[in-house]
Formats: sequence, structure tokens, C-alpha cells
Amino acid sequence: MTSLTYPLSNVLRKKKSLKRKLLAEDRSWIHKNIAILGGSTSAEIKNALELFLLNVGIKPEFYESEYNKYYEDALFTPSELLEFKPDIIYIHTSQVNIAHYPKLQDSHEMIAQDLQKELDKYQSIWRALAKFDCAIIQNNFDYPLDRSLGNLDAYDPHGKSNFINQLNQRFAEAAQEQKNLYINDINYLSAYMGLKNWFDRSLWYQAKYAMSMDAIPELAFNISKIIKAIFGKSSKCLVLDLDHTCWGGVIGDDGLNGIQIGTETAVAESFTAFQSYVRELKTRGITLAVCSKNDHSNAQEGFSHPDSILKYEDFTAFKANWEPKHQNIAQIAQDINIGLDSLVFIDDNPAERAIVSSQLASVAVPDVGSDVIRFIDYIDRNGYFETVSLSQDDLQRNQYYEDNKKRTEVEASFQSYDEFLQSLEMSAEIKTFSPLYLPRITQLTNKTNQFNLTTKRYSMGEIEQISTQPQYIKLYGKLSDKFGDNGLIAITIGRVEHKTCHIDLWLMSCRVLKRGMEFAMLDELVKQCQSQGIERLLGYYYKSAKNSMVADMYKSFGFSQVAPNEPVTQTHQDTIWQLDLSDYTVQSQHIKVN
Amino acid sequence: MTREEIFNGVQEIFRDIFDEDDLVIEDSTNSDTIEDWDSLNHINLVSAIEKEFKIRFALGELQELKDVGAMIDLMLTKINS
Repeated sequence: MTSLTYPLSNVLRKKKSLKRKLLAEDRSWIHKNIAILGGSTSAEIKNALELFLLNVGIKPEFYESEYNKYYEDALFTPSELLEFKPDIIYIHTSQVNIAHYPKLQDSHEMIAQDLQKELDKYQSIWRALAKFDCAIIQNNFDYPLDRSLGNLDAYDPHGKSNFINQLNQRFAEAAQEQKNLYINDINYLSAYMGLKNWFDRSLWYQAKYAMSMDAIPELAFNISKIIKAIFGKSSKCLVLDLDHTCWGGVIGDDGLNGIQIGTETAVAESFTAFQSYVRELKTRGITLAVCSKNDHSNAQEGFSHPDSILKYEDFTAFKANWEPKHQNIAQIAQDINIGLDSLVFIDDNPAERAIVSSQLASVAVPDVGSDVIRFIDYIDRNGYFETVSLSQDDLQRNQYYEDNKKRTEVEASFQSYDEFLQSLEMSAEIKTFSPLYLPRITQLTNKTNQFNLTTKRYSMGEIEQISTQPQYIKLYGKLSDKFGDNGLIAITIGRVEHKTCHIDLWLMSCRVLKRGMEFAMLDELVKQCQSQGIERLLGYYYKSAKNSMVADMYKSFGFSQVAPNEPVTQTHQDTIWQLDLSDYTVQSQHIKVN
Repeated sequence: MTREEIFNGVQEIFRDIFDEDDLVIEDSTNSDTIEDWDSLNHINLVSAIEKEFKIRFALGELQELKDVGAMIDLMLTKINS
């Protein structure tokens, strides 16, 4: 819904009708419980957050602490909060909650103690909340409007700004150490808005809101971006138009020497800045694609310009032709093997934007206007590519896609698919969860939609628990071949009860489709089951909007479908499968394991 | 700006905030006559009015007002001063 994207306007004024319209949308909602522990009034923050979450397909239930009871609720958890079982806890504190500012006569030692006291308060909150095994989103601190020390406030240790800078630094360090602790950077947000627009004294005195009514939607939007990233709903691929988007001018008409890119003119510089921003996204794992109405050779030539920051090789998919753009974009999603809702499309031409957004409703098509100088804002402020960590996997993702391109090229030269698979010289590591991989495992369980039999989502805490409990067989799989390493791409979690292993989770990254990895995983699962004397496997397929590709996976494994009259809950499209392990034969052929 | 123009602008804001497209306000409308008009929505109303008409109410100024008519009278003096 465009009124819930950058630039925001009138969100609170229209909140009721926005909510009504969002709830009327026919989509498969993800339900999440969100506890707000507030150090100031949070009512309207909750309402705004609800809108932004609904807008990304998350239907939240809320728990709100009593006014300014964030500390009490965390340390002496009320039963209501315990029973609420939050998936996310948001701690809404800000500079108004700082109790121990340095006094002017304080020694450096005493200031250090003040800092420690403030920090201890939050450390004890985070420790106490660890029992929930859920994500904690913590505001850092904004600056107060006034600074009686003037500029000295920033660099004298007695200054409030100085104190806040140090606290924020400590918060950042805590978030680096503590998994599951995420910082909502209101220091940046308030700076972006301007402190005088961020804080409203009148509203603070009247209603104890620690930020202005204009700031509340911005704050809620910011929180929703973090939540979206935690649950793996951020976008993955940026699709770009070329003429007037990646460079000034029209490559087909103006030629390589005529397009505007580089630092010669202001206009050229603005396109260079846009390319540099896009390049930054690429280096942190965002996949790039081109969708342009151009001759392929002309389009490709544009990136050979000596001043072009982006090169032809930076694009995983490159569609420069005269077909309608929505068809090209659908093809791009298919080629890269990601959902349409993972794509963001930037084009200076409003007609092209209109056709794409009308034909492919789940592609994000911001109304960027026609001036490249504003494009970055639309990508950056909307938080499409928000991430909560720079996992090794994110940094390498583009390499995986590029390796896959080479594999596809090679595939064509083989007589049979088996021969091709054999030529890949695949080797896999399939082992029980180990601490090193838990963040990646959690990430995969939350963002894998297609090759996912049950689409069961796990929090980091749940994965940690499972990894220590003996009644679970929990396997991760990594796959590499002669073209490169695919990283950790498969997860199977089995729950053992009475000599039966219930397969609660079976997923695989689409990066390694049709490589036979699932058979290698099955072999290893069976091997572990047999060593524990388990007699049968029960597999579950829960149909979702996206996982039809695995509807028959258990069938292909040789499982037999359990008659629907078994005393297990089934809706008509969900199926249950079983496999007797007494005469199992190894199924994987092309992958060397462990 | 005439009183009527202000009145219509305020009515639009009421319609948005209470999500009722055909809501009609009168000078005598107050928080007792609109069910949803609680303290939370009151703040929303005031801040939407401030934004729309580019005015600010001083602390306490609104507490003495008994209904919409009194508020619009106050707005009239602010806007046209």
C-alpha cells in the first residue's frame, strides 16, 4: 500500500481506513506476537506498527506494558506476558528514560559509573528477557532538544550528547555480542528527521509521547523493517531500467560517448552516485538484474563505459529486449529462482512502472519519479533490503548465482542429466547442528518458502533448544562442487517418539534444486534413525501458497501416503507419508557425503 | 480563510480519523457525541488539525474548549491573525 511506503504522509490520520483495507486483503498472513515494553507512551506506536506489519503480510498480536513499566515487566515478568509468548519484544526507551546523566562536578570516574549504571539497567533487562528465546528490538538513544553546554556538550565528558554517544556505542557492542538483540537506530532516525521535527515538547507534557506525531509512523516503519528482516521477508533482488536510470541519456540514440555517467557534469555525477549505491547493495549480497527496452548489444555496451561503476558482469539476469517489462521481470524471478515478492523494480518511466505494478502486484515498484537524484531515497528509506546481520552467506550469495550460471551452461553439453550431475563432482557435508551454523539455520527456516514441506518457522532460541535435545535428529547439509561452494542449503529436523521419527521440518534452498541433495539428506536421516533403532519415518506436507514443488517429494522418496482416516489432523490438501525403515536402500547417487 | 472553510477542513479530518465518510459535525459536537473520541484520538485530531492548518495550539489552550464550535472560533483567530 503506497501510503505505507516512503515518503509517508497522513498515516495516523488515515489509520482506521488503512487498517480496514489491509485486513480486507486476501493474503496468507504470518501471525506474530509482539510485546512492547515502553519507557514512554506507546499506544499510537503500536497502532502504526500494526499497519506497517500488515502491509508486509505479518498479522501481529500485541502486548503492551503499562506506561513506563518496561523495566518491571522485564525483570518481574507478569504472567500475562509469560502466557503471551512473544515472538518479538520491542523495548521502546529513549533519552527521556536516562536517569543518571553526569553532573558538572562529577569526576571522570563517577561519569564512568553513571554510564555503567545506565548500561546495567538494560543488560539486566536483556538477560531477564532471554528466557523468551525471542528477538529483542532495543531503541538506542536520540539526543535531547536542548544542550545547555552548547557545542561543548558533544566533547566534554559531562555533556549529555557525549554521554549518549557513549551509551549508543555500548549498545552497539552489546548487540554485536548478543544474538537476538537488534538495535532500532532512533539516533539516526531522529537525525534524519531533524530533532526539532522528531521531538514535540507539547506532546511530551500532554501525553508522554517521547516523539512527535510525525515521528511515530517513521519510528513504526523503522521497527517494521527490522521485523521484516528478522523473519526473512526482505527483498533480495534489485531490477533496474537503463536509460535515464543507470545513466543519463539513451544509449541506443546517444551512443556510448553520449550517455551521462562519470564526474564531468552534475547530471553525470548523480547517475554515478546511484550506480555506486547499487554497487554497495551488490557487495552485501543483493542480486542485480536489468530490465530494459533496448537492443541487448547496446544495453551491454553502456556498462563498458570507462566511468560506469557497474559492469555487465554485476548483473545476474540481463533482459534487454522489446518484450513487455512485466514478462521480462517474471522471467527474471524464474531464472534466479526467487519469488516475485523478493524483487524491487526501479524505472524512471511512470508508464513502465504502472504496467509492472499492475501485472505483478507482489513486485515492489516505488514511484521514484524521473529524477535519479531521488532514487536512492526510495530504495534506502523503504528498507527493502534491510538485513539484521551480514552473514557469510549473504556476502557470498551472488557468487552462488554466478556459479549456477556456469553450471547451466555446462549442463547443455551433456547427453543426460545424470551424466551432468556426475560431472559436477559434488560433495556434501551432512551433520548434526553445530553452534557455528545456528544463525544460518534459523535464517533458512524463516526465509525458505518453496522447497519447504511444512513451512514451520523457528526462532533462534528454538533452534538452539532443538540442537541440545536428544529426542531430535537435526541435520544440516552443505553442498559444494567443482564450480564452487553452495554453503549451508538444507535442513531436516526429525522428532523421535516411540520408534517413529516425525519430520517436523524439511527444507532446501532453491539454489541447489535438482542436484539430488534431498536424497543425500534422506540417506543420512535414515542412517541416524537406524542407529537409534527407529522403525519408521513420518513425513508431513503442509500446502502453502508457495510450496507446491514439493507436494510429491515423499512419494519420490518411496514413502506411502497414510490413509486420511488416521487419527492425525489433516486438511484436504495436506498429506502425511510414511516409510518403513526395515529394508531401506541408499538413494543418493551423485553426491559424496562427509 | 472563512469560518466555513475551516469548518469543512476540520470535518474532513474528523471523517479520516473516525473512518466515517459521511460523518457530519456541528458546532455542538464534542467528545460525548462521538463514541470513538477518546484521549488517544483527541491527540490525533489536534495534531492533524495543527498540521493541516499550519497552526499550533498552546498547552492548556484546548482544555477550556467545550465543543467543536469553540475550537473553530479559536482556530479562526489563529489562522487569520
